[in-house]
Amino acid sequence: MIELPALGWQSIVIFVVFALSLLIATYCTYAERVIAAFLQDRVGPDRAGPYGLLQPLADAVKMFTKEEFFPGGANKVLFVVGPCLAMITALMSSAVIPFGNTMSFGNNAFFLQGIEVNIGMLWIFGVVSLGVYGVMIGGWASNNKFSLLGAIRAASQNISYELAMGMSLIAVLMISGTLSLREITLQQSVAGEWQMWNIVKQPLGFIIFLVCAFAETNRTPFDLPECETELVGGYHTEYSSMKLGLYLFSEYVNIFVVSAVMSVLYFGGFNFPFQYELRDWFVNSQGWELNSAQNLITLMGAVGIFLKIFAFIFFFMWIRWTLPRFRYDQLMRLGWTILIPLAVFNIVLTGALILFGVI
Amino acid sequence: MQLTNRAKVLEKKPMTLAERAYLPAIFQGLSITMRHFFMKKATVRYPEEVRPFSGYFRGLHVLKRDEQGRERCTACGLCAVACPAEAITMVAGERKKGEEGLYREEKYAVSYEINMLRCIFCGLCEEACPKAAIYLQPDKMAPPRYERDEFTYGKDRLVEPVSPDERSVKGIQLTSEQADKLRSRIV
Repeated sequence: MIELPALGWQSIVIFVVFALSLLIATYCTYAERVIAAFLQDRVGPDRAGPYGLLQPLADAVKMFTKEEFFPGGANKVLFVVGPCLAMITALMSSAVIPFGNTMSFGNNAFFLQGIEVNIGMLWIFGVVSLGVYGVMIGGWASNNKFSLLGAIRAASQNISYELAMGMSLIAVLMISGTLSLREITLQQSVAGEWQMWNIVKQPLGFIIFLVCAFAETNRTPFDLPECETELVGGYHTEYSSMKLGLYLFSEYVNIFVVSAVMSVLYFGGFNFPFQYELRDWFVNSQGWELNSAQNLITLMGAVGIFLKIFAFIFFFMWIRWTLPRFRYDQLMRLGWTILIPLAVFNIVLTGALILFGVI
Repeated sequence: MQLTNRAKVLEKKPMTLAERAYLPAIFQGLSITMRHFFMKKATVRYPEEVRPFSGYFRGLHVLKRDEQGRERCTACGLCAVACPAEAITMVAGERKKGEEGLYREEKYAVSYEINMLRCIFCGLCEEACPKAAIYLQPDKMAPPRYERDEFTYGKDRLVEPVSPDERSVKGIQLTSEQADKLRSRIV
């Protein structure tokens, strides 16, 4: 068994993961605008820097220099706590996601993962469900009826869709038999065996999870908590300056995290096809050491999971600029009368398939 | 009562399973937006690229000179009469001895003003002119300005410069290269 002595190494990984999720969230704002523009036959921001790549910086400067506004009658403490909570919970969930396999240098080895815990899935669920507090507290503390309505919508929507989401996950857990995200990833690709990614075994579960992911991150077509046409701005109506920035930012961090979770659970995480064959080829034909070949494969896998994540982020934005928003009763009906029964059916189906030895 | 044959009778049928599942419609929508993702963009990046004027664009007026550099306008007032926006005013004067090189006719416009805020660029003054003196240029337009009185163009800004080299240099104008490039993009 590999020893994991070096807390120093691990803290570097944690820092890199933290910085990466912030960086990706930053450039999500740029990507969203460019993708929106391209889908509408425009070119998007192209003035700040080459291809507008400095646009997020310009946006950040704008956000920081805006007036810090507190509405009259607002609860000042909670008003500040709201966006902080949203941001903290969004960032916390990326801690347990395995972005790569093991890197080993001599006797030192470390995972490309913030913390390896055997309850990773549970951790993500706990933290994601905390996220609704940020929205709820912020909306309530604003002392504004639109904010409150948006917050209530957010709360009820998140709770409704968390049920279906959790149940679609139970089917995955039935297959894998573990809550550890690293274990789930490793099970999707075993050396010498013909192992499929979970999407092949769980197509229905994946669709349910995907729909719920849209609802959990408050993206269109489920962006009722912040729908501009009905609620001015939803729960962040009264927010300005960087407090608003934190809310918008936490949404993108959430998208990043939920994309990562989907890649790990259903699309093989850091695995990519023929990785073991490639490693053996490096060792046998090129005369590399096993460790360095493994390290190279690990890095390639890390690139692979990020490509998967980017594909999902693109999909999120693609959907946003394609579909209109649901009406609220339609949203609730979809959640309670369609997705939850489907998820239950999926559990039963998976159980039957496992019982008869199909998967 | 049926007025045209274009009316469509809509039946309110119960939705089929595919319609109720909603997913086929989503994929249809996604494919439409993806097609647009790869389409040519309609944007003209303005300061770098300028949209070309069409050949018969009616832009800023010019008071022409004849081949010998004399002003053609004889201040007959037909353009002012023709103008539906009443943007043109002029004061006529008699040509003195020794001014034959300046004015073509015996009567000329001492002052000639067009209010560009009133003008609708219809081109009726151009059609009315018996002396072929006033034209709406196809390659220039009245640029935006800060003060209202700056929009009243007098003879200093309307009459063509004497030297042909100095003509058509003010206003927004494409180089022939830029114009060709943009025309090829449009066609």
